Amino acid sequence: MDIGIKEYIIAVVTINPEKVSSGGVPVFYAKDEEERKKVALYIAKTTLGMVHDLDNGCYIIVRH
Amino acid sequence: MNEYIPVISIAIIMGLLARINLLRTDYRQYPSYPQGYISHLTLGIVAASLGAVAIPALLEKDFSAMTFLALAASQFREIRNMERESLSNLEETELVSRGKAYIEDIAKAFESRNYVAMLTALITSLCTQLYLIVIDNEAKFYTLYIIGGIIGLLCITFLSNITKGKIIKDIADVKQGEINFKGPLLCVDNIVIMNIGLDDSKKILQDKAMAVIITPKDDDARATLANVGQRQAIQHNAAAQLGIRKDVDEPDFTPLARRDPENGSVGMLILTMEPDIECFIEAVNRVPVLESSKRKPLESRAGYKAAD
Repeated sequence: MDIGIKEYIIAVVTINPEKVSSGGVPVFYAKDEEERKKVALYIAKTTLGMVHDLDNGCYIIVRH
Repeated sequence: MNEYIPVISIAIIMGLLARINLLRTDYRQYPSYPQGYISHLTLGIVAASLGAVAIPALLEKDFSAMTFLALAASQFREIRNMERESLSNLEETELVSRGKAYIEDIAKAFESRNYVAMLTALITSLCTQLYLIVIDNEAKFYTLYIIGGIIGLLCITFLSNITKGKIIKDIADVKQGEINFKGPLLCVDNIVIMNIGLDDSKKILQDKAMAVIITPKDDDARATLANVGQRQAIQHNAAAQLGIRKDVDEPDFTPLARRDPENGSVGMLILTMEPDIECFIEAVNRVPVLESSKRKPLESRAGYKAAD
């Protein structure tokens, strides 16, 4: 059933490199807020994922 | 053999009428195609015929004919599998999926409709045959038809009433909810629905989405609404009736129903083509309570005691 977070993080987009340490997920560093939003949107559209905000300068893109 | 013709024919007609009565193209848009109608009507005729000939067969001391009823039952179970399979296959193509529980319910309904046709035919033929044997041995063709017609219609009304089932309106109150954001968290009143990252999505949701709060009327309803399948059915029906405003690459706009763990009420949010809150509430109100989701904790001792 498609109504909950059940799959996986596709990518992390951040302007705050020290908040993310490399794991199994690609990390994209953006130079400012505007680029962060744009990159997150483009990745989400390409992968049919959804952008979630962690409120610490990181977006995660999750496939639901 | 000739003497049975009126009995069998009226029983088949009433059985078929029972099936036609339940063959409605409803909001589920299913079955809405000529092929769907034909296959279900044909099976309806088969069911009605089996029900109709059972009594005359018994009178002819042809007891093996009764075993055909058992055969019929297994055939109709096959219908359930057929419906389940075809709806499950279509599931991937739905923007808002029906959910397994809803599919199971629809499949069960299709199976039971054939039993309704069979039972109607069986009872009609039983009654007309009894009339023929007990009251008037020389009854005319049309007398039997009138009696069979009345019995059949009573049967259809009764059976379609008991198979009707409840709708959300019977078990819960649906009221408009207010959409607000706590940081990235999208909330309906104070129920957190999901985390929305993109500002554009937030703006669209804030401006155009509609939300309702579904408050259960009692503990039974609370347990029913907690069922994920039931909530999925509500989302599917609301989306199907009001038109969903999303595409496959916009998961942000998926309708979601989340539960308030404090009191069991459900907050639901949807972004539709027709943003009309009255219609949304009406659509939610009319969603059937799924048989497979129905819970009755109040009928158990522990549940009843815990409720007060």
